[in-house]
Amino acid sequence: MNIIVCVKNVPFTQEVDLALDASRQDIRKDNLVYVINEWDNYAIEEAIRIKEQSGGHVTAVTLGKEADEEVLRRCLAMGADEAIRIEPGNLKPDASMTAAMLAEVVKTLPHDLVLTGVQSDDFNNGITGGLMAERLGLAHAAVVNSIKPSDGKAQITIELEGGQDEMSRIDLPALFAIQTGINEPRYVSIMGIRKAAKKEIKVIQAEALGLPAADLQPDLIMEEIFMPPETEGAEMLQGDAGSLADQIVRIIREKGVSL
Amino acid sequence: MAEILVVAEHRNNELREITLQMLNKASDLGRKNNCEVSVALLGNNTDKLINDLKDRADRVIVYNDQRLQNFNPDDYKEILATLINERKPLITLMGHTPWSLDLAPALAFRTGYPLATDCVDILLDSGKPKVVRQVYSGKIFSRMAFREASGYLITVRGGAFPSSKSFDYQTEIIQVAMPTMAATSRREFIGYQDTCKGEVDITQAELLVSVGRGIGEEDNIEYVKELAGIMGGTLSCSRPIVDKKWLPKYHQVGTSGKSVKPKVYLALGISGAFQHVAGISGAGTVIAVNKDKKAPIFRVAQYGAVADLLNIVAALKGKVQGK
Repeated sequence: MNIIVCVKNVPFTQEVDLALDASRQDIRKDNLVYVINEWDNYAIEEAIRIKEQSGGHVTAVTLGKEADEEVLRRCLAMGADEAIRIEPGNLKPDASMTAAMLAEVVKTLPHDLVLTGVQSDDFNNGITGGLMAERLGLAHAAVVNSIKPSDGKAQITIELEGGQDEMSRIDLPALFAIQTGINEPRYVSIMGIRKAAKKEIKVIQAEALGLPAADLQPDLIMEEIFMPPETEGAEMLQGDAGSLADQIVRIIREKGVSL
Repeated sequence: MAEILVVAEHRNNELREITLQMLNKASDLGRKNNCEVSVALLGNNTDKLINDLKDRADRVIVYNDQRLQNFNPDDYKEILATLINERKPLITLMGHTPWSLDLAPALAFRTGYPLATDCVDILLDSGKPKVVRQVYSGKIFSRMAFREASGYLITVRGGAFPSSKSFDYQTEIIQVAMPTMAATSRREFIGYQDTCKGEVDITQAELLVSVGRGIGEEDNIEYVKELAGIMGGTLSCSRPIVDKKWLPKYHQVGTSGKSVKPKVYLALGISGAFQHVAGISGAGTVIAVNKDKKAPIFRVAQYGAVADLLNIVAALKGKVQGK
């Protein structure tokens, strides 16, 4: 089975103070650490597990600058066989442009299964996979949290809201957008990444893809980013841990819970 | 007159709450900007659903067919792309739900309309929509415009708008014959399964002691569980804890887990992703402890403390046991 996984290097923003950059079109990123997008980490793990069970070939693809090759080395260290980076050049890709470029590359590779994450942790659009599936004419499902391939089909579950999953059977080739929690991604050692550094990463220039100009125009234009309104919010308790615990206990009792 | 088209979402013959929320926003935008509001309803035995939609829109466009009993993305995409290409609504609204994550990009591709997803607000400025979206895990907001187009697709975050009461629309019901569809679908629906059944029912608890990513290590879960026990509360958690398999899914609060309504919800190391926050809207009082003073959870909590949760857990154990 030929599996292609689309991955993205994103800034890690959990428990990090974010600041707006001077243009107010994005955040300041110079002091941020980059990591594999959380959903993509589950997607590459799932691809490698399928390969380990039933054989096959896993290719990781990213759209990004040279520094973003880090995310591909991580995929190679996890067990991917091949890695491709699309160099955007001067383009500033939004989700629709990203999907167009990724699809153009996937088209040239044999594929039974194409995996993406449900969304990326930076812009949270959640549409790259769906747009790619349309461009490639593939069957598609989003928010997939289990895949069992057999006989040219895959039995999948799709996470819905309210504690329900949908079970479906879908024809391969297909594209699935993978939800977190589908598996437990393996640990990647520094040694593993160093070893993978020796493997070749194929680089494709975006402009060499031959996409029509319309596909390289953004759908959405960022006007401004801003900090959330600070008008509402919690009353902040002050003090050391002991004092905070006292206050929390008092509030819980006031609200009618006996401890 | 410009039209706002709302794609109704329903499951097991019940409208999803998001449908009513979209209709509320659509009617608000419609009244201020002189737009008509239409609903596209795809289903089987749709009488009840039609009735639930009455008075809430200018018209309901109904496709009633056995094939549409359950969400069937191939058929939905085909029907809705044709409908949008015919009617050319200025704005088409869908819920930002697992189904629409499948549907919306396909419609964007087939109609050529630009798509913005997971929007928390929609503005109409001289007939052009702009949207407000959250980025970077909800810590930053963005306002975005679309490229020039004759129509725009928008998916709406659950809970971003209140549900509509019924309005005073004279609703016209238009039954449309099912178009000829491909004989077979590439996706075959098998069934639904409940994923949150288990030995603990977090929906009935008066006090939930809830733990999130900030817990750091699996071993610390037991420690918080002890605290919940000492306090006579119930342990719950946010999604990352279930993703890591540190607790079973029946502990999970949020859109893909359970909605809860305790008197007090004590959120320990939970950042407050919207999917989580949507599950605690019924809580009486939310007290949040987080190391990150800008964690979105502090925007929905009534009380907050910026602190290491393990220190707070230790102190709380001492205080409660000391009595």
